[in-house]
Amino acid sequence: MRLHDFEKAFQEKIDKEIKIEPKDWMPDAYRKTNVRQISQHAHSEVVGMLPEGNWISRAPSLKRKAILIAKVQDEAGHGLYLYSAAETLGTSREQMISDLLSGKAKYSSIFNYPTLTWADMGAVGWLVDGAAILNQVMLCRTSYGPYARAMVRICKEESFHQRQGFESLLVLSKGTGEQKAMCQDAINRWWWPSLMMFGPKDSESTNSDQSMKWKIKRKTNDELRQAFVDMAAEQVKLLGMTLPDPELKWNEKRKHYDFGEINWEEFWSVVKGNGPCNKQRLEARNKAHKEGAWVREAALAHAAKKASREQRLEVRV
Amino acid sequence: MNIKISKNNYGDFGGEETAGGSNAPVNQEAAWPLWEVFIRSKQGLDHKHAGSLKAADAEMAIENARDVYTRRQEGVSIWVVESKHVHASNPDDAESLYEPAEDKIYRHPTFYDLPDEVKHM
Repeated sequence: MRLHDFEKAFQEKIDKEIKIEPKDWMPDAYRKTNVRQISQHAHSEVVGMLPEGNWISRAPSLKRKAILIAKVQDEAGHGLYLYSAAETLGTSREQMISDLLSGKAKYSSIFNYPTLTWADMGAVGWLVDGAAILNQVMLCRTSYGPYARAMVRICKEESFHQRQGFESLLVLSKGTGEQKAMCQDAINRWWWPSLMMFGPKDSESTNSDQSMKWKIKRKTNDELRQAFVDMAAEQVKLLGMTLPDPELKWNEKRKHYDFGEINWEEFWSVVKGNGPCNKQRLEARNKAHKEGAWVREAALAHAAKKASREQRLEVRV
Repeated sequence: MNIKISKNNYGDFGGEETAGGSNAPVNQEAAWPLWEVFIRSKQGLDHKHAGSLKAADAEMAIENARDVYTRRQEGVSIWVVESKHVHASNPDDAESLYEPAEDKIYRHPTFYDLPDEVKHM
């Protein structure tokens, strides 16, 4: 078979909804796109722990603290599922982590925004996790088997993340004047960055077309963003709060909400590393990795020592 | 590449900072091996492949599997096996391995046409 035939057979499989598995033939670009996307996704889960970890020791009650710890622990697990999925494509964990630590690899820009008040934990759960879930639900049907399986597992765990966030905001929205103001302030700050999570407009996105054809993605950035706006615009009413967009309005003809233009200059600025917290996040990851080095080494040394002791015992018997 | 930037809209962090990214060399430390994890979800069922993880030894692999794969009562028993010990069939052999079964429909009970009067079969 010539390369062209392989590519044709590959596309036929995709069209027939047959999942691609690690040892199957795949075009180089398909492999690369998946490595890039899955590892970025994994990095996002890992860096995503940082803005929330900041609030574990500051949670207002033991219940909220326990919930937050559980959520952060989930995210560590999600990072692991995704790193494992990416590794099946031939990249190594060490390479991916090194790319994250050096700043070469990207992660979701949303985590480069600071979490300034407790209400941010609610807003992050409701809006950020809500936006992520739309993307993740779509990815449960992505064409690469290990990625799809990781996403199914993640989606099962993720829905509590969004629900606890909304519930937390609901409590604030029924609280004192100060708590209500804090709730609205958090929504105001997280709304636009959440919309940016879906990426550039379809007309500007470079990866979208091929990714759709290969069924890595199944919905475009704009489709997902619209679905998110439609959901959030209704949900915010239950909080008695508003979304910070004067142009947000139900469009009876489209059966969708119209919304204002995203500040794309800010979007690209944060992507390129100039967000409010890009530097802190990478420094925190680098510090944790460096300070954990002795633990990783000690565990290996301990395992080797134990193995050799067991071997000696076997010989004696 | 150190780009100085001014404070963005949302930050409460310093007036000026350096854009993220260091040029640290690739970490050369020895890596923990990869393990495959199998979970029995309840007594009476098979252990089923749940995923994989890194651990220094089997004991740590089980502990990590417990933390990663059974946080919501997904399991009552865990198997771990180092991934290098798993041998797999080659997808290129799929045709010769699995296709011969396709035309042997007489191996299925539905192949046999029996009168309705035959009960309990």
